[in-house]
Amino acid sequence: MSPILPPVGWSRDDMARLAALDIADGSYVNLGIGIPELVAAHVPPGREVVFHTENGLLGVGPPPPAGLEDPELINAGKKPVTAVPGAAYFHHADSFAMIRGGHLDVSVLGAMQVSEKGDLANWSVGEPDAIPAVGGAMDLVAGVKTVLVLTEHTTKSGEPKLLRRCSFPLTGRGVVTRIYTNLAVVELTPEGFAALALAPGLSLKEVRRWTDAPLSDARPKRVRMCT
Amino acid sequence: MIDKRVESCAAAVADISHGATVMIGGFGEAGSPVELIHALIDRGARDLTIVSNNTGSGRVGLAALIAAGRVAKMICSYPRSANSTVFPELFRSRRIALELVPQGTLAERIRAGGAGIPAFYTPSAVGTILADGKESRVFDGREYIMECSIRADFALVRADRADRYGNLTYSKTARNFGPIMCTAADCSIVQVRTLSEPGEIDAEWVVTPGIFVQRVVHVANPQQESRLVREGVAYP
Repeated sequence: MSPILPPVGWSRDDMARLAALDIADGSYVNLGIGIPELVAAHVPPGREVVFHTENGLLGVGPPPPAGLEDPELINAGKKPVTAVPGAAYFHHADSFAMIRGGHLDVSVLGAMQVSEKGDLANWSVGEPDAIPAVGGAMDLVAGVKTVLVLTEHTTKSGEPKLLRRCSFPLTGRGVVTRIYTNLAVVELTPEGFAALALAPGLSLKEVRRWTDAPLSDARPKRVRMCT
Repeated sequence: MIDKRVESCAAAVADISHGATVMIGGFGEAGSPVELIHALIDRGARDLTIVSNNTGSGRVGLAALIAAGRVAKMICSYPRSANSTVFPELFRSRRIALELVPQGTLAERIRAGGAGIPAFYTPSAVGTILADGKESRVFDGREYIMECSIRADFALVRADRADRYGNLTYSKTARNFGPIMCTAADCSIVQVRTLSEPGEIDAEWVVTPGIFVQRVVHVANPQQESRLVREGVAYP
């Protein structure tokens, strides 16, 4: 029997576009591997955002045309990228001084689970046989003040990822600022999850059904009347 | 006269012995000193502790060193990646030890090692299982854990250009761990594409000053790890 799954809602590009809208002009931003990488293509016209990759480049540009890849010019996901005019290369200690020293404005990450306290789990499912690999995620959430999470609202089999408590090993405690899923934009408040926007056609009741923690309504009034 | 040039990779690694701690530069294949690692495999030293961000891919370079059974312990941040099968196999059968370190903490532990700092406090990993057993302390109301610096007997690094003093420049994101590893090893061994005359690397453009480098080997056409992996090459 196939699992019961939530509505499709927003596409990954929609999610990336919504996150990009919340990133201010002039920001220095680190994009995690996966869905977060899509944010770079959705910076609104008129804004300049400088992308950082922890393997030593500030000013990450789009992927190079086929055939022009340089194995010495890659991003944290080890994919070929380009460097924009005005970019800078640096070594790993400088790169993480940018992260841990509070110099970056925004970190965009994927998630396996987020708790209503803002705890993030995105590096290990904690199985004894798994190969643990953490990379730079713990440094990013500890050092960057604004942490945006881009993730599907549930797992592939329909299990909620927004929870009262994370069951997987944590990346950081109380670190998430805002979550962009295919179903909703959710703010972390001292009281827990609060919906800022819902995907078209969805009701709060429906999104709550796929959220394993209380979800309050923080939508602007004008929007609320329309749905 | 100071001349750090060594005629071959084999000569450069000839005194790396059993049980040595060796830092190996690179982030994925970018900056991985493939020729020096292959020379280390030929050298035969075993029971090595390797400090490197990843564990290599395919069966060349760092992955080949691990596959040859020479590595007792890995200290790294991300031991699994595409085409990485050697380390996972050995890890699951408990034939290799792993110290998993957040990437920024790894970089800072190496930097501190090179700067004579025995330990430092960081908020990274606080509240996670990677903080288990570590001393913690509160500064200005925030919790930090203590991390110890790392030093090594040797560092194997790939740079772009060197002169006989060991002054180095790097290529793009292949720089990554190279400069800090050179500072943190008793003997830093660097392979470079180009050897220059003193003065050809402008003093303003030197990335690693030669004082941090003990040996330089000229490898004009280094192998590209991803190409070797695609071609199914296994070293030796």
